[in-house]
Amino acid sequence: MLKINNLHAQVEDKEILKGINLEMKAGEVHAIMGPNGSGKSTLASVIAGKENFEVTDGSVELDGEDLEDISPEERAHKGVFLSFQYPVEIPGVSVTNFMKTAINESRKAKGLEEMPAKDMLKLIREKSELLEIDRKFLSRSLNEGFSGGEKKRNEIFQMAMLEPKLAILDETDSGLDIDALRIVANGVNKLKSKDNAVLVITHYQRLLDYIVPDFVHVLHNGKIVKSGGKELALELEEKGYDWLKQEAAV
Amino acid sequence: MAYTEEELKKELETKEYEYGFYTDIESDTFPKGLNEDIVRAISKKKNEPQWMTDWRLEAFRIWESMEEPEWANVNYEKPDFQAISYYSAPKKADPNKTLDDVDPELLEMYRKLGISVDEQKKLQNVAVDIVVDSVSVATTFKKTLAEKGIIFMPISEAIQEHPELVKKYMGTVVPKTDNFYAALNSAVFTDGSFCYIPKGVKCPMELSTYFRINEGGTGQFERTLVIADESSYVSYLEGCTAPSRDENQLHAAVVELIALDDAEIKYSTVQNWFPGNAEGKGGVYNFVTKRAICEKNAKVSWTQVETGSAVTWKYPSCILKGDNSIGEFYSIAVTNNYQQADTGTKMIHLGKNTKSTIISKGISAGKSQNSYRGLVQVGSRALNARNFSQCDSLLMGNECGAHTFPYIEAKNKTAQIEHEATTSKIGEDQIFYCNQRGIDTEKAIALIVNGFSKEVLNKLPMEFAVEAQKLLEISLEGSVG
Repeated sequence: MLKINNLHAQVEDKEILKGINLEMKAGEVHAIMGPNGSGKSTLASVIAGKENFEVTDGSVELDGEDLEDISPEERAHKGVFLSFQYPVEIPGVSVTNFMKTAINESRKAKGLEEMPAKDMLKLIREKSELLEIDRKFLSRSLNEGFSGGEKKRNEIFQMAMLEPKLAILDETDSGLDIDALRIVANGVNKLKSKDNAVLVITHYQRLLDYIVPDFVHVLHNGKIVKSGGKELALELEEKGYDWLKQEAAV
Repeated sequence: MAYTEEELKKELETKEYEYGFYTDIESDTFPKGLNEDIVRAISKKKNEPQWMTDWRLEAFRIWESMEEPEWANVNYEKPDFQAISYYSAPKKADPNKTLDDVDPELLEMYRKLGISVDEQKKLQNVAVDIVVDSVSVATTFKKTLAEKGIIFMPISEAIQEHPELVKKYMGTVVPKTDNFYAALNSAVFTDGSFCYIPKGVKCPMELSTYFRINEGGTGQFERTLVIADESSYVSYLEGCTAPSRDENQLHAAVVELIALDDAEIKYSTVQNWFPGNAEGKGGVYNFVTKRAICEKNAKVSWTQVETGSAVTWKYPSCILKGDNSIGEFYSIAVTNNYQQADTGTKMIHLGKNTKSTIISKGISAGKSQNSYRGLVQVGSRALNARNFSQCDSLLMGNECGAHTFPYIEAKNKTAQIEHEATTSKIGEDQIFYCNQRGIDTEKAIALIVNGFSKEVLNKLPMEFAVEAQKLLEISLEGSVG
């Protein structure tokens, strides 16, 4: 589904990704771990198509299609979803209104009619229950005054609404207490299917207790320095990242 | 395509004025220039009684002695008042017209504006008084209103048919001596709307006027007078557009609202005069004086969505004369390219327990300058006066400006005055967030701007709110290439 070949990317002339190779198949969960500043969030942004990052070499392919000239909104229409590490506030726009717009824009791009209000309400009810979201929350302005945990839960709610093919969760566990973490992970697990894939980006092993990855990759200094099964995450938890940094330096 | 801020800005600059067409209607236009003879000629053209002619002449003499104000935060080439034609009427206007008699080209023009008279009449339950250039062309719903004793007609007709009301109230809220443009308007106003709601009557429909400048080189000086008698209620809508032209057109209107004891007036404006092109050429100078007087327990709400004009100078105000009276001002002002707006309100608290609320939302894009200027004044006898003001500015790009000039003068210690202000910027991060959810940049801006303006949009009557939202989108977006 997702194929990343020798990806190099820079921001303001500073190279951050220095040759990433990664392949994900439908039905798989991959985790990317790594110390701060290793390029984890940059990788997420580049896959989603953020323009301040310049791809200088290599490619990102979704279902065999090179995404280079595809705009962020078109990538979204094709099923790429990014759960942001720091979701932005949009004052005066309710969560419901935002989701309604997002869903209908995607439908429009696919040549479909707007979703009837009745169906929309049903979908909202269903997905908010899945994530144990209070209905009042949905009429609040998007992310405005939300706690860290509410913001993250709202991201996963949006993911549930949009049913993406490829979901990238960028540090979704940061700012979550243990109960919220469980709810969010539970939501992600329920949304998992043989047709979609999840890329979990995290600093800590904690989230991976709940969302169990098929593969773990360690990112360091813009490169994947080690890949393995879920045990690799436990090993990292125990030993930290330093041994890998040294290994990479050799 | 995704957008960087640079591209976003470029896109905003290229939007075109959607209403820039010119309708070829024969019109009857006065020679350019202004003197006593022209003032007399206007009065004669309208068959006015002597008292009206004298009123105009007095205003003209006052105007001659006045200077154009310069305190506003705007820069423009002063109009040459002798190069303007002060009267332009579509030739085919006939006082006994029905809708069927209206020039089909005029109707076509309304259709382009999206204000089909028929449609409004049938579907929206709105009575419309349309002023094209200077003469009111069609007034709908007159009969329905007449049954309730409501008078809604062009002010020129009101001068003939209800001279006692016009004489009693005109100039009492905005005197001829008030300011340069108000004096000019008093001398040369050609038409406008007149509305009287009798005691205890709730006007059953929204009353609406559409103003439009058509003829080149003409000024539009309309005069509106709304009187809500004791315990009555009226909601009044005003919309304005002008075709695009290279030269600047002058618009100097006066609106007077009188809310007697226990009466309520809601006055909503959507202003979309031609803002000039992307290089700042042309556009309408919008120098307007709007003021209301509130007697005991009366309430006046001004709601405005200002997206047009090259230069705007406008401060819809409330004189809270009666005890317990309430004044409200809700405003969205959008400026783009080289537009300049200096707009806000004055809340003058004179009576006891008077309350006022000011919510102002300024949106600046391109190289435009957007200023809020507001005065909250509490008189020495205004016990327990309260005011709440909130001024928010939204900036797009790095070349525009947002300014806030709040003035507070309190002469009574019991006054409670609150002022809040914020400035924010549409960020690339917000746009990217929306893009990532499948919402393109154009739609994302509309969403963000609508969210920012929501408190004010919510104050507009339903059918107007939809139009206003559309206008906000048109004003700030270009076609995505």
